[in-house]
Amino acid sequence: MVEWTECERATIKDIFAKLDYDSVGPAALSRCLIVYPWTQRYFGNFGNLYNAAAIMGNPNVAKHGTIILHGLDRGVKNMDNMKDTYAELSVLHSEKLHVDPDNFKLISDCLTIVVASRMGKAFTGEVQAALQKFLAVVVSSLGRQYH
Amino acid sequence: MLSKKEKELIADIWESLTPVAEDIGADALLRMFASYPGTKTYFSHLDISPRSAHLLSHGKKIVLAIAEGAQDIGQLTVTLAPLQTLHAYQLRIDPTNFKLFSHCMLVALACHMGEDFTPVAHAAMDKYLSAFAAVLSEKYR
Repeated sequence: MVEWTECERATIKDIFAKLDYDSVGPAALSRCLIVYPWTQRYFGNFGNLYNAAAIMGNPNVAKHGTIILHGLDRGVKNMDNMKDTYAELSVLHSEKLHVDPDNFKLISDCLTIVVASRMGKAFTGEVQAALQKFLAVVVSSLGRQYH
Repeated sequence: MLSKKEKELIADIWESLTPVAEDIGADALLRMFASYPGTKTYFSHLDISPRSAHLLSHGKKIVLAIAEGAQDIGQLTVTLAPLQTLHAYQLRIDPTNFKLFSHCMLVALACHMGEDFTPVAHAAMDKYLSAFAAVLSEKYR
């Protein structure tokens, strides 16, 4: 079981309370597809991903980015039971989508960078550490049902 | 592989950061210590508390080296030769830590540059820092 300090809980809830999901989600996913182009392999039916501008303007990417962020929201609301919260999604990503779990870390790094650029100085080392710990637990939970 | 445009972008960004080398470097180091406490083991001989003289001077050193490399990326192996020797035979920092530091440097850049740290700049910078780390560990074995 993951131990969360009161400070970490408050920090995570605070970060997500201030996030514009419709903006940050698309920004994080499009950044991932641009910075780590091999991740595009999972989005063959999304249309034009030819260059950075196309990716950033692609409505399918934007829609999916928002879905991902709402997925993270589930974790925020269930920090003490992320394993069960993500069990179904883990099976989906493994059995149906066949996503290499290493990719979860890539998008979580991109999300960290997007949150950092939005929060600026408020994104201190401690805030970063809390977010990274949270995302690491999500990543681990999502990888759990792979076999 | 870095394109000509990416090399120019990287050189420009690091040139603009040289005046605040101390702050960016110290910020990246502090972030690394907070998120990856194991990295502190390499600094047991220094005072790495926030705003300490050691932290600022060390942060500055690192950023200036990265900035110098950025001015002629094609010559990284030549520019970094002395640092290669230092890291291989004296410091012997496990190279996985270079990845951790690079990530924290990217976060520091994102905080500092905000919207200007575009996905294209991010991609170029990630590639450059990976190349830098690879060259730095070339003499390890």
